[in-house]
Amino acid sequence: MSGSVEDLIKAHEGIEKEVYLDLENSSPIPREIVETMIPYFCDKAYGNPTVTHKPGWMAYETIQKASEQVARYIGAASAEEINFTPSETESNNLALIGAALANKKKGKKIIISEIEPLSIFFSSNILEKYGFKVVKVPVDEKGFINLEKLANLVDKETVLTSLTLVNHEIGTVEPIKEAVEIAKKENPALLFHTDASNAYGKIPVNVDDLGIDLMTLSSYKILGPRGVGALYVREGVNVERLLEGQIGTQKLWPGVENTPLIIGFLKASELAFRNFDKNVSHMKRLRDKLMGGILEGISETILNGPEGEKRAPDNLNVSFLHCEGEALTIELSLKGVYVSSGSACTRLLLQPSHVLVAIGRKFEEAHGSILMKVTRYHTDEDIKYVLKVFPGAVERLRAISPIKGSVG
Amino acid sequence: MSRVPLPYSSKILELFRNPKNLGRMEDATVSAVAGSPACGDMIAFYLKIDKNEVIEKATFESYGCAANIATASITTEMVKGKKIEDAWKISWKEVADEVGGLPTVKFHCGILSVGALRRAIREYYKMKGEKPSWLPDGPTSEEKHALEEEELARVLSKRIGGKKE
Repeated sequence: MSGSVEDLIKAHEGIEKEVYLDLENSSPIPREIVETMIPYFCDKAYGNPTVTHKPGWMAYETIQKASEQVARYIGAASAEEINFTPSETESNNLALIGAALANKKKGKKIIISEIEPLSIFFSSNILEKYGFKVVKVPVDEKGFINLEKLANLVDKETVLTSLTLVNHEIGTVEPIKEAVEIAKKENPALLFHTDASNAYGKIPVNVDDLGIDLMTLSSYKILGPRGVGALYVREGVNVERLLEGQIGTQKLWPGVENTPLIIGFLKASELAFRNFDKNVSHMKRLRDKLMGGILEGISETILNGPEGEKRAPDNLNVSFLHCEGEALTIELSLKGVYVSSGSACTRLLLQPSHVLVAIGRKFEEAHGSILMKVTRYHTDEDIKYVLKVFPGAVERLRAISPIKGSVG
Repeated sequence: MSRVPLPYSSKILELFRNPKNLGRMEDATVSAVAGSPACGDMIAFYLKIDKNEVIEKATFESYGCAANIATASITTEMVKGKKIEDAWKISWKEVADEVGGLPTVKFHCGILSVGALRRAIREYYKMKGEKPSWLPDGPTSEEKHALEEEELARVLSKRIGGKKE
């Protein structure tokens, strides 16, 4: 089967326009960010920040400044509370496994939700192997966590609760502040972690306002380079390292610091926060235009996740009934529109997205789901083009399907 | 275990873009469906069979991924002009070869396609009230696969899906 990917790419020759909306799974990096990074690869601060020479001291200074700046963006008390990691995945694993193991004397129960990202699900599976008990808080049909259930689940045995601030698939902005209050009222000793990867740069995020102990941040979710993320750890909270090696400036992650990627992450943060309100209203306006155009222009569609202020400004997730999602991603790709799907066909396990199943979508509804995210760089012309090609793509696949015919 | 971008063959892509023998056949001798919307994988076949038990024409409808559409389409091409007995003998591996190979996670599309075809053939003989000697009594592995896939989707979707109902 080798060489066929090349043919697939060739099949796209001559497309009119390209619009990338799969920001959930990876992102293009704005040139401005890459240009900021280049000198740190080639010309300056390329030393190891723990070694006593000029390039090392420059690296130390650079990373220190980046930590201070990221700390300011999330309202953290000090740069010491920011730990750079290789990504959201590593931060989530570190937060769950590292915090649970370091605090296991306080209890062996972990609470997560039904709609956490896989890096939370799978790291909690590892904790089960260490003898921890993992329980999942259910969510309602819009993806909001059930706070009453959470209150019932928290007990003296609960060492850690991890609930995502903004859901990665359906954009639900969770009531984390309330969840922290409820959980800590039941058990003041428990630690609270939130994965804020899809919130940082999209909604205001403040660690003290939320009252959380640990928080995950991701670089590529804000258009920064892949390969870098961060874990905020409140001063006084113990977390064990998952990997061992030479310890540098990052006390929870060994190895030589990747200064250029950290600078890229910092630059991406600066750009996201520089005109925060303007960026957010731009995303929201284009997202609403896309949402309106799809829901009104195409029949038999279901919006997944909430509407209004409790939805992340960039997120759109729609199920197209009688239309299988993987086929739709390919059909749209051939027209230059790049999206992803929660269909089983896109996954190894051949089961649809656990998030969509948790909010009560039937399998056939989840199979027809498409996830799209907009950025501050998208334009009205981009959305217009997407809305131009979308109805035809859905229509063609529905015409192939037997479900609308009498056989089904 | 790893995930790869599904390296579909150019033949699959071509059949996905321009499927052959697509659509419901109003004057079909027999039709059959395999899979279900819950599987995310469903194929309907329509066969026009002449008095000499030759498949004159075959059409399909498909709800599924690109591999599903392509394997269903190629199966209708493969059975056209064949005696039913010869059409029965088509294996899912031949279907996979005919579309230029299937990614491993998509083998089931080829299997479902053959399962649906054989279901239609059995239905034809059931209608006629006869059973040729070459037709096996029990379900073949492809037919079993279709049944298993339908059952799995039914059980899973009942257990974890459809909360609002």
